[in-house]
Amino acid sequence: MNETSRVVEGQPGDDYRDRIAKADLTRIRPYGDTMDDGKVQLSFTLPVPDGPEAVEAARQLAAKMGLAEASIVHHEGTGEGFTFFVAYGKCLHTVDYAHIQVPKVTSEVMDFYEINHYIQDRIGRKVVILGACTGTDAHTVGIDAIMNMKGYNGEYGLERYPEVDAHNLGSQVENEELVRKIIEYKADAVLVSQVVTQKDVHIKNLGALVDLLEAQGLRENLILVAGGPRITHELALELGYDAGFGPGTLAPDVASYVVQELVRRGLAK
Amino acid sequence: MKSKLNLDPQMVERARAAAATIADNVTDFISQRTTESVERTVLRLFGVDGIDADGVPLPNVVVDAVHEAGLLAGGVTRPFMSALIATGLSVQELAEAVADGTVDISSIALAPEADIRAKARELAAVGMDRIRQNRSTRDAYLDRLDGGQAPLLYVIVATGNIYEDVVQARAAARQGADIIAVIRSTGQSLLDYVPYGPTTEGFGGTYATQENFRIMREALDEVGEELGRYIRLCNYCSGLCMPEIASMGALERLDVMLNDALYGILFRDINPQRTLVDQAFSRMINAYAGVIINTGEDNYLTTADAVEAAHTVLASQFINEQFALRVGLPEEQMGLGHAFEMNPMIEDGFLMELAQAQMAREIFPRAPLKYMPPTKHMTGNIFRGHIQDALFNMVGIMTGQGIQLLGMMTEQIHTPLMQDRHLALENAKYIFNNARHIAEEIEFAPEGRIVQRAHAVLAESVELLERIVETGFFEALAKGVFADVKRTIDGGKGLHGVLLRSDDYFNPFEIALREELGLGPVKVGVRG
Repeated sequence: MNETSRVVEGQPGDDYRDRIAKADLTRIRPYGDTMDDGKVQLSFTLPVPDGPEAVEAARQLAAKMGLAEASIVHHEGTGEGFTFFVAYGKCLHTVDYAHIQVPKVTSEVMDFYEINHYIQDRIGRKVVILGACTGTDAHTVGIDAIMNMKGYNGEYGLERYPEVDAHNLGSQVENEELVRKIIEYKADAVLVSQVVTQKDVHIKNLGALVDLLEAQGLRENLILVAGGPRITHELALELGYDAGFGPGTLAPDVASYVVQELVRRGLAK
Repeated sequence: MKSKLNLDPQMVERARAAAATIADNVTDFISQRTTESVERTVLRLFGVDGIDADGVPLPNVVVDAVHEAGLLAGGVTRPFMSALIATGLSVQELAEAVADGTVDISSIALAPEADIRAKARELAAVGMDRIRQNRSTRDAYLDRLDGGQAPLLYVIVATGNIYEDVVQARAAARQGADIIAVIRSTGQSLLDYVPYGPTTEGFGGTYATQENFRIMREALDEVGEELGRYIRLCNYCSGLCMPEIASMGALERLDVMLNDALYGILFRDINPQRTLVDQAFSRMINAYAGVIINTGEDNYLTTADAVEAAHTVLASQFINEQFALRVGLPEEQMGLGHAFEMNPMIEDGFLMELAQAQMAREIFPRAPLKYMPPTKHMTGNIFRGHIQDALFNMVGIMTGQGIQLLGMMTEQIHTPLMQDRHLALENAKYIFNNARHIAEEIEFAPEGRIVQRAHAVLAESVELLERIVETGFFEALAKGVFADVKRTIDGGKGLHGVLLRSDDYFNPFEIALREELGLGPVKVGVRG
């Protein structure tokens, strides 16, 4: 009887738009193919050999993560007494999306031409921006994407901006060296990239730069930006930076922020 | 092998000739110099190991002492042998005595030259024997066990802790890996010493130490024996201690070493003189030890666009080949590098990748080419990333690459987890097996996109190499011809460790290695 009533719910001629299930934004959960079904996939490795006990352990673990009807759809020994699992289940938890507040960079994103015009009109001189991968980090992929002439994904890098005086200091730049360069170039803004991290060394290193700049009295007149795959705006603010940019950021995102922030803080002199 | 690209042999010849001129011009420059790291390597090969009370490696302590005494331009060997003769100590005892101050090496008079030579020959033979022994041990393993078939499956471990690395590496071997590379801690290339002992902390990798090499070698031999396969071990012979790491690898039977003639100059800002001198000696050691070197051309494509900079990769392969030939490294040990790094959103990008890989295969037919996976355009979308890695593997098998450095779907997120490596190996094994003989079955349209692309890239490489010859190698470096990076002959890190050889410079390992490798004596500075 229940089956029948589900099938014939509604009337011929109803507007289908009214029939599409809507999410309750104060209580959202994952979506598989039906609103609120909670479907989640995950994979993990356990330090036990493959076998029925291992599968049961994986299932129990998924249940403890809050997954109902957890099923282990794939399991395979990977050697040395380890097993790899793929699991599906229905997430029991919900979150209140409606009341979430995340700090984010609020400046308006302009394009290459708009940014250069903005600098001409509102600042009236070249904006000096330094970029560096600091500490022991040798991975320049991120900072190169923002700084280098060619840029990334079809967006020019800052070196191409006629109104920006951009200097890419490259990799493994020590904080002390970076501070010297900030003074030498009279930098308006510094972009610090941290890609590789283990045991959160990038956080210590980013924090140490802020301390150093404050000790030298340079922090106030400088726009300090952090970037990298593990960086969020929120984390950057916590560490004493002005802004943070994560993966997918392109040069105009950063440049738009820097030039508007210079004007807002009265540093555009 | 029948050419599928119909490359013009004259163009290849022109490229090779230009690269040969570049290498020849620099070879004289190299043979007039030594470095602190070359001299530390000599001590390591004599058997000096360990650290002093402050944790400074003894090879550094002794070389620094000889340098301070103003004797290093003649090589560390003469004063060190004189002190051995004068004190009657063993090699290790003498190094320790220099470290604790009981022997002042500067105050010991030089022994008669004939005695020095005899002592040096005798002690050098011990180090050379150990390397030769390791080489025959490897050969015996490869006779008895399965050494894998090309493209060899190469994966990295990078936990920072050698004891976790061992677990990851052994699991990878069981999953089918042929080569295990232990990624070094980020920043090690700029250390002017080699850390000592087993290490359990590193950043993005594990320190290359001789003890870590030994531990991993033992773990892989053990699991390989059980599997009936020889598992090759790889590390990184680059940075300020390039030749020292080559010697450690030779002494602990590593099989593969990253070792590029220009990488340190361009991408780590190490002084060009230092790098060129160090790479020459390190490659002699690798050549004699039977180590396959891997060159770092993939790095050109992480800083520049892979479509536009494709010719710089080929040009660098030609240069690396010629530098390697100058120090007796055979083609069979030249893992020339290249990479699958084009933006995956480009129409026909796969065709261009195929053209590049096939071209490298045809131009360097005997080299075990090292093919690097996509990294720059990996996004965090692990599902797409897994497909990018599959296309990369497809090119690998279609073009007969020698060493396939497997891509990880989690590239750009973290150093590989055990399951990432497992899935990467499964991906490669599936594709290599499923398409095993595809290279024999396909030809390319003679006037088609792939052929034309290869011809265009080759022509650009010839033009670039000939421009470097015209400009001069060091001038080209200074002008940013390579990878848009400008490096001057007196810039960068480590220049202080470069010395002009005195007329009586003496390095018994260089003499022995040149002899073994059929190179003939060095023209400058050595009266062998």
